[in-house]
Amino acid sequence: MEEPGNLEITTKNVTGKPSDGNRFLGSALEFEYGVKGWWTTEVYLDGQTTARDSTLFTGYRWENRFRVLPREHWINPVLYVEFENINGADRSLLEVVDNDGEGDLTGLNAEGRTEKKREIEAKLILGSYFKGWTFAENFIAEKNVRHAPFEFGYAVGVSRPLALAARPDRCNVCRENFQAGVEMYGGLGTNKTFGLQETSHYVAPTLGWTVANGARFTVSPTFGITENSARFLLRFAVSYELDQFGRAVRHLFRNNGGGQ
Amino acid sequence: MNGLRLLVVGVLVWLVATAAWARVGTLVQQAPPRASTLPNPFQGQQRAQQAGAKLFAHECSACHGPNGRGMGKAPPLNQADVHDASPGALFWVLRNGSLKRGMPSFAHLPEAQRWQIITYLQTLNRRP
Repeated sequence: MEEPGNLEITTKNVTGKPSDGNRFLGSALEFEYGVKGWWTTEVYLDGQTTARDSTLFTGYRWENRFRVLPREHWINPVLYVEFENINGADRSLLEVVDNDGEGDLTGLNAEGRTEKKREIEAKLILGSYFKGWTFAENFIAEKNVRHAPFEFGYAVGVSRPLALAARPDRCNVCRENFQAGVEMYGGLGTNKTFGLQETSHYVAPTLGWTVANGARFTVSPTFGITENSARFLLRFAVSYELDQFGRAVRHLFRNNGGGQ
Repeated sequence: MNGLRLLVVGVLVWLVATAAWARVGTLVQQAPPRASTLPNPFQGQQRAQQAGAKLFAHECSACHGPNGRGMGKAPPLNQADVHDASPGALFWVLRNGSLKRGMPSFAHLPEAQRWQIITYLQTLNRRP
């Protein structure tokens, strides 16, 4: 969850070369704002570029996360609801559901952009913290608002900073600023074909680096482990948090109002 | 008769709700007694205090102001109730936060870093 009043801007990118397609770069620009301690809202703007094809805007997503329990527990549930309005050329791969696979990454952009996807997605995110380790498990249910059955997916991950205690001095390259972990995610079919058959699954080591000014860099080489998966994807992200953005905006309007 | 019963029940509910609200007090006072007995493993350590100051600047000062002087709705932390609180009670506050008061949970920080912040917090000068 984002801290109330803070705005985090992130660019999440993924690149890969499907065996029967061209190299692509999918990007999602994310604006995450902490409305309340129990409510975080996010807007994503998605786009992609494909070698020997084209570059295009593929749509937007609006997601909301709600912290369910007021206190910390061994497992902390967060409810996540997202509306996405994207087209079939979207390659940001923010989640894998149903039988999503390498075949979805090979089509021509001109064909993919004609396929409209207006979907509601719900996730139950379970998070735990134990002795410096962070554990997260997501169960995903997605539904096209017009037709198609419910589609399911999952994601699990574990990570830990390389040092648990902070050093007294300001530093960029020190162990406390690095987080290492591993994630696994994939599709689970639909309500009619629930299971692992012909689904894609990925394992991805992750490394995060937070520099002293608060910018954070993440890289995650991702390996497909089933026939239906892309063989290799490289994910990378850069994020920066603007502390108390909401307060700054309120002050701006108040000051302007006072001057009139 | 039914109306009278409803009135009595309503008054009782209101009294219980008011009593529950009144006993809330400060966040530190809400910490359960068992949590308050936790000792700070870094108590009095200079390096932990310096590390805590660095973490405070990154994690807390945007709301609570530089040196914990308080800002907007976020209360000052250079006060007696923080200075004199048991480290365990402060640890409980950092772990749980308070949704009602807009204080987020800092359970995502490793325990050692939360204790370093507390070490720093308890060295802040009390306001006169």
